[in-house]
Amino acid sequence: MINEPKIVEIKEIIDETPTIKTFKFDWDMETLGKPNPGEFVMIWNFKNEKPMSIAQINDNELAITVKNIGEFTSQLHDLKTGDKIGVRGSYGNGFNNSFEGKNILAIGGGVGMAPIHSIVSDLIKKGNNVDVVAAAVTKDELLYADSLDKLGANIHYCTDDGSFGFKGFATDCTKGLLEDSTYDYAFVCGPEIMMKGIFDILEDANIPAQYSLERYMKCALGVCGQCCVDSEGWRICVEGPVFENDKIYQITEFGKYRRDASGVKF
Amino acid sequence: MLKTNVCGVEFRNPLMLAAGIMGSNASSMNWILKSGAGGVVSKSFSLKPHPGYVNPTTVAVEGGIINAIGLSNPGVDNFKEELKKIDHENNVVIASIYGATPDEFSQLVGEVQEFVDMIELNISCPHAMDGYGASIGQSCDLSNTIVSASCDVAEVPVIAKLTPNVTDITEIAKTCEDAGADALSLINTLGPGMKINIDVARPVLSNKFGGMSGRAIKPIAISNVYSVYEAVDIPLIGVGGIYSWEDVVEFIYAGARAVQIGTAIMDEGVEVFAKINEGLEKFMAEKGFSSIDEMVGLAHREL
Repeated sequence: MINEPKIVEIKEIIDETPTIKTFKFDWDMETLGKPNPGEFVMIWNFKNEKPMSIAQINDNELAITVKNIGEFTSQLHDLKTGDKIGVRGSYGNGFNNSFEGKNILAIGGGVGMAPIHSIVSDLIKKGNNVDVVAAAVTKDELLYADSLDKLGANIHYCTDDGSFGFKGFATDCTKGLLEDSTYDYAFVCGPEIMMKGIFDILEDANIPAQYSLERYMKCALGVCGQCCVDSEGWRICVEGPVFENDKIYQITEFGKYRRDASGVKF
Repeated sequence: MLKTNVCGVEFRNPLMLAAGIMGSNASSMNWILKSGAGGVVSKSFSLKPHPGYVNPTTVAVEGGIINAIGLSNPGVDNFKEELKKIDHENNVVIASIYGATPDEFSQLVGEVQEFVDMIELNISCPHAMDGYGASIGQSCDLSNTIVSASCDVAEVPVIAKLTPNVTDITEIAKTCEDAGADALSLINTLGPGMKINIDVARPVLSNKFGGMSGRAIKPIAISNVYSVYEAVDIPLIGVGGIYSWEDVVEFIYAGARAVQIGTAIMDEGVEVFAKINEGLEKFMAEKGFSSIDEMVGLAHREL
């Protein structure tokens, strides 16, 4: 882990969907630290700095997957291969990747598929059977279809508009899967409203799970307090971004509200 | 044994959370109190919500961190709701407030004092906008007017937090004492400091300059506490690079009656408070001290 930005060159840019790109860069695991799936890095484009999930952890290479949703992400999308960015981290408490030979369900909504991709790669390598619910609004926005297929995951595509795979939300798709199968453990990342829905379903089905949360972040070092959540005060940048289901019960703001750059709730 | 009294306010131990660190909401401050701090100082807030600076707002350097968060806060109306939710029982709750004019400070004091035990005036932030923070605390005149205005309306003790970024900190300390401050906390972050990334030849912080905190600033904080202890009669709270019980003992010997801890949380976690209390208590027992009071200012004795 490093606490000041390391400048890296973008080696490859993959146009994943009309709004989502993956950026790959070299990362010397020995000197800079080897991240675990679920951890995040702070990306500095010399104008601003934001947290991004690690989407792939390869041999001395990392990838982040970025959806173009605002000024900063739009600036990232304008970058070309060979351009530079600053990266610090990796930070946070990642997913529990110690499972072997288990039946796992991974659910990702939209660009929330990014950390799901890195944990699924790891779990498959460890001999787990992994079902993935890959959800998006429409067919063109489905992420990592080829890559997950190659890894050997059983993918259940799901689109809000029904343009590909199951028609409807990730929650409905998950409910359907649980009618025929059961799982030892689940991993979830996506819009918080989706995660709240999935949380209720998995709790009813007694499937323990981990959820990757997102909050406004400034220091990422555990001091500024900007990302602390009610009501235990846990820092998303240190105690999170990944929390187990029993901890999610104690995050009373989960699915309800979050805070902006000033700290005002919305 | 660890009890300490700062201008009439009883703390169950001399450790408190420093302003600006994990003090943005009641939940995180309650966590700190549960973890062993005798008190908490909120993140500084102002009358209106303020988003602070664009990231990067913090960067780690040798011996600590440099930050220019830019006094982000949700404004007094929202912050009052957080202050109400802090567990006040047996804990000391301190609001840190900032503004640009005597009127802003006195308004803030009036708004929040019913929810807190003490108020700390941030007249020392080194990366605040012009007219705020250290631009007040670097001037005796401005410090005097702002502290006076705050004390005029305050019904709870007022602490002025001092900046080390002055020619002579004792002058400002005496001015604040004359203006009615009940206690002083020192020091705020040192600097401004800067970190330049050499690959891109660019300052890392979006604000370019920030305040330095952490282990590296402790000797400066100790010397400031030591000097100010000899210059004023009001109680002092030591802040700056405290990581261990040994650090706390140094501050108390220099003249502090309590201390504030911030950056250490980055390296040591929230557990730092319990760990320090345990070490401090053991040290006191070994040395035969029965109260913090007996230790305050011991380094000033003539041999």
